[in-house]
Amino acid sequence: MYYQVENVKLLDRYTNRKPANGTLYLTATHLIYVDASAEVRKETWILHHHIASVEKLPLTTSGCPLLIRCKNFRVAHLVIGHERDCHEVYTSLLKLSQPVKPEELYAFSYNPKMPKDSREIGWKLIDLKVDYQRMGIPNDFWEITDANKDYEVCNTYPPEVVVPKAANKATVLGSAKFRSRGRIPVLSYLYKENNAAICRCSQPLSGFSARCLEDEQMLQAIRQANPGSPFMYVVDTRPKLNAMANRAAGKGYENEDNYDNIHFKFIGIENIHVMRSSLQKLLEVCETKSPSMSDFLTGLENSGWLRHIKAVMDAGVFLAKAVKEEKASVLVHCSDGWDRTAQVCSLASLLLDPFYRTFKGLMVLIEKEWIVMGHKFSHRCGHLDGDLKEVSPVFTQFTECVWQLMQQFPCAFEFNERFLLEIHDHVYSCQFGNFLGSCYREREALKIFEKTHSLWPFLLQKKQEFRNPLYKGFTVYKELKPNTLPFSFQFWCGMYNRFDKGMHPKQCVLDHLLNCMSQKMKLEDNATDLENKLPFLDNPLPNEVCSLSKIVNASVESSKTPMLNTPQDYESEPPALLTNGAIVEEVDIMPDQDQKNKENFANHHDLLDLNSTMEVIESDAKKEKPQHQ
Amino acid sequence: MEFAELIKTPRADNVILHRPFYPAVEGTLCLTGHHLILSSRRQDNAEELWLLHSNIDSIEKRFVGSLGTIIIKCKDLRIIQLDIPGMEECLNIASSIEALSTLDSVTLMYPFFYRPMFEVVEDGWHSFLPEREFELLSSVTNEWRLSYVNKEFSVCPSYPPAVTVPKSIDDEALRRVATFRHGGRFPVLSYYHKKNGMVMMRSSQPLTGTNGRRCKEDSALINATLRAGKRGYIIDTRSLNVAQQARAKGGGFEQEVQYPQWRRIHKSVERYNILQESLIKLVEACNDQSHNMDRWLSKLEASNWLTHVKEILTAACLAGQCIDREGASVLVHGTEGTDSTLQITSLAQIILDPRCRTIRGFEALVEREWLQAGHPFRLRCAQSAYSNSKQKWESPVFFLFLDCVWQILRQFPCSFEFNEHFLIMLFEHAYASQFGTFLGNNESERCKLKLSQKTMSLWSWVNQPEELRKFKNPLFEANSLVIWPSVAPQSLQLWEGVFLRWNRSSKFLDEAYEEMNNIIEYNKELQAKVNALRRQLAELETDDGMQENS
Repeated sequence: MYYQVENVKLLDRYTNRKPANGTLYLTATHLIYVDASAEVRKETWILHHHIASVEKLPLTTSGCPLLIRCKNFRVAHLVIGHERDCHEVYTSLLKLSQPVKPEELYAFSYNPKMPKDSREIGWKLIDLKVDYQRMGIPNDFWEITDANKDYEVCNTYPPEVVVPKAANKATVLGSAKFRSRGRIPVLSYLYKENNAAICRCSQPLSGFSARCLEDEQMLQAIRQANPGSPFMYVVDTRPKLNAMANRAAGKGYENEDNYDNIHFKFIGIENIHVMRSSLQKLLEVCETKSPSMSDFLTGLENSGWLRHIKAVMDAGVFLAKAVKEEKASVLVHCSDGWDRTAQVCSLASLLLDPFYRTFKGLMVLIEKEWIVMGHKFSHRCGHLDGDLKEVSPVFTQFTECVWQLMQQFPCAFEFNERFLLEIHDHVYSCQFGNFLGSCYREREALKIFEKTHSLWPFLLQKKQEFRNPLYKGFTVYKELKPNTLPFSFQFWCGMYNRFDKGMHPKQCVLDHLLNCMSQKMKLEDNATDLENKLPFLDNPLPNEVCSLSKIVNASVESSKTPMLNTPQDYESEPPALLTNGAIVEEVDIMPDQDQKNKENFANHHDLLDLNSTMEVIESDAKKEKPQHQ
Repeated sequence: MEFAELIKTPRADNVILHRPFYPAVEGTLCLTGHHLILSSRRQDNAEELWLLHSNIDSIEKRFVGSLGTIIIKCKDLRIIQLDIPGMEECLNIASSIEALSTLDSVTLMYPFFYRPMFEVVEDGWHSFLPEREFELLSSVTNEWRLSYVNKEFSVCPSYPPAVTVPKSIDDEALRRVATFRHGGRFPVLSYYHKKNGMVMMRSSQPLTGTNGRRCKEDSALINATLRAGKRGYIIDTRSLNVAQQARAKGGGFEQEVQYPQWRRIHKSVERYNILQESLIKLVEACNDQSHNMDRWLSKLEASNWLTHVKEILTAACLAGQCIDREGASVLVHGTEGTDSTLQITSLAQIILDPRCRTIRGFEALVEREWLQAGHPFRLRCAQSAYSNSKQKWESPVFFLFLDCVWQILRQFPCSFEFNEHFLIMLFEHAYASQFGTFLGNNESERCKLKLSQKTMSLWSWVNQPEELRKFKNPLFEANSLVIWPSVAPQSLQLWEGVFLRWNRSSKFLDEAYEEMNNIIEYNKELQAKVNALRRQLAELETDDGMQENS
């Protein structure tokens, strides 16, 4: 079923080039715009779930403008010939972009035609127990408990959590009563080298004077699980004022006098509402047409966005430093312990442990600190029609922090920027089950493991395009100590102006290097082949530079990166109309697929390309055109 | 004058040196006529400091008891600190440094004393002669000639002896035009666009004054570059307002009535000490160690440096667009035609002409459009970001040009034969150097100083293969296209390699560059190996074939 409107223009907000003229289609899942005027067919696909807002602008001579803002920061400015059509599209999009019931989400209808057991194996790709094992847990001090198996302790925690061995059931239950929503202190990361741990929880229900013996015992157990340190940090990631205000509501923060040997500290990260409005301001700056440098920098400053990013980064750095250098355990919380706490704990882990800077590691980290621990993706991302005040770019900020680190440490991450963008897209796309709902319990109730697919195996299949060619491997960098002076933070054009292609470097170093990597495989194969054809050569082959370097393998020559501001088809073959990429019949998504890929890089083009984004395939066949204003 | 007179304390022991990225080191400080040298007694010499006095922008001294501290701020933006025991020694050294770093006479500068430790294969003083450039031009067009009207520097003191002008305009006419243009800078050829035969010329402002003086040879000269029925563009780097005000002082702009075939566009580019202040503010912001993000962004904004980068690039793109897209010839000028004019003409060439994106071509561009074109380097680069002299003539015009090139390089990382280090090297040498290239304000001054005989050219050193290797961009793939940079604020960045160079370690970025280089180099080696194997195989097959045949 689809709805179709002819004579629709798509304006490019960055350049003044003549708007495209084409056809708009609405399917059950996508808005698709097909540019009829381009020499090469150009399609723009927008997932309904990605649409954040639809706005009807005042009528113009050329038609009815419709402004579509997306959660991945695409802004599509359509002009539709007839008012009636425009209204029709408008109301349809409003409905389609704001599903009411979870069952309407794309993940429940998305069908990549994959055998059932592959899907099940896909869900088992990330096993948190393996990660705990990696940290050496269970051990003398920590154990995995199923105390929460019936969600008696906390209904937003998973059934199994890691707590100090010394904390018995009574301590756990007692502490749960004293913590907001029962979110007791549990282990987030154990730094094996010195036994210092990062733990997380929600705020205590301390009010002005309340205390709880079990909670105090719980903290003591955490501190004593790290015998090397006489104290532990308790970090409240909120601004002090906010935490104090919470006391009036019977919540608050730990009183240093009531807990043995804790160092209490506030780190002022602002709440979800401040972050939401900060992003709003940032996007307004990004959307400004032809801003002056001053407008842009002032707008960037006034949005406060980079200040918030720095605050999160500073907190992560503080945690990592406490653990690594002071050998002290840290307990982190904010209010509920599912937003700022998730950001800060996952960032600290990333700084401390090179594993989390690999493909698999980042997946584990997101699974462990975000999905399983009850970051409310459904609310924060506005998956369903609901309270807009619950929406906040908490995960986006984490993604950006990782990106900022990648700028400072270009060789320390196995993946590249595109991997982050892909994950970010899917957090909003609802195409996979991973980010549905707001906690483990909800996901169980939604039966996502039975009814939907997991994102991770799909990402691993596209590993070759997401890899960082400069990655130096697991062992080269241990902990990262980023510079956090303000000038170390850059505006992330690739995220917030991602679809304004004209703003990006016209030649992409990443593409160039990825090409090099695949050429390398081909050349190595060539060399081996040739060596085999010369069996009677006894001597090792000379490595001297050959004067005939002009004789280049044709396939090598053709894979060179063309330049983007020339009239060339930059993307591969445009897809047939209304295919959404999910046309693959059989996919082998064994967990060891990535291993195979690694061994057989040269064949990666032959791998089934699961076009999991359902996103745009834009054949950027624009006229070479100067793009200064 | 003897340097010894200026050096009251030639050496001091137990001096502690603090500088970016190294632990403090103790050693002996020596002052020579041109260098400040600190040597620790370490075997590996790794801790030695050799600093050219001419690199010193400003110094500050302070005392705690008898321990003196001198803070030296360099033109390359580095800040170092020397702790010198003994108040007298410290004062002596400070006053010597002050005197030696601000020598009045050019002939006392280090380039006149420097003896190269390398063999000169190619003398850079002769690498980029106007005759050579003209030969290249003659191979594609015969509409131009090389005029020696300025042989004695008498027509235009800031022009070189040889300039390229339309063939149809004789020297007599050039002399007349020179009297009609500020400082005698009559319109000359800056760039010939092979693709469509359009040209870019540059000059200074016409001296129309308030009563609208005119000069028919002037319009004849620039009209000679137009094709029949075609219009040209005059890009005036001043705002209309400023250009109008210039008339009161005898300057002015081309009036439509007198230049009906030209369309004038005013594209304001900032000049003089406003740029210097901008640089001072930017560097101050970069050196601020405060953790306050708002403060950083507001200082960055208030410095206006990136605003200047954006406006210069925009004007250069406009010039390029007129030539390549509109198929029109262009004349660029501001007031004197020695600053913003050169920024625009040289950047437009980088956009339009692939040759300017090679090392050799870029050197030729700097030589042609900056040195020979009479950008007053000595005046402009006398002081850098730590200057407090606030002289109107000090201005980071060339520095901004390099920043703009870096911005284009960042947007087209595969289109340049050189890398960022090459640009940084030029920035350093423009301000302080052992070479004579950037001495003097124009060719006339350089001639009088006999620089080509008495000093070494920077190009003689740079163009040695082992030096060049450091400046080569591994990503370079020759690309014959016009490259249009984006000038959106989101596309322009702070040039970290220069401005943050001493404020944050570049270890991890250097490692990334190294890694990138390795990847590309390895592929090249592999390719060579495969080629060698193919050739061997082919030879063997031919041999076999011959054997079979025989």
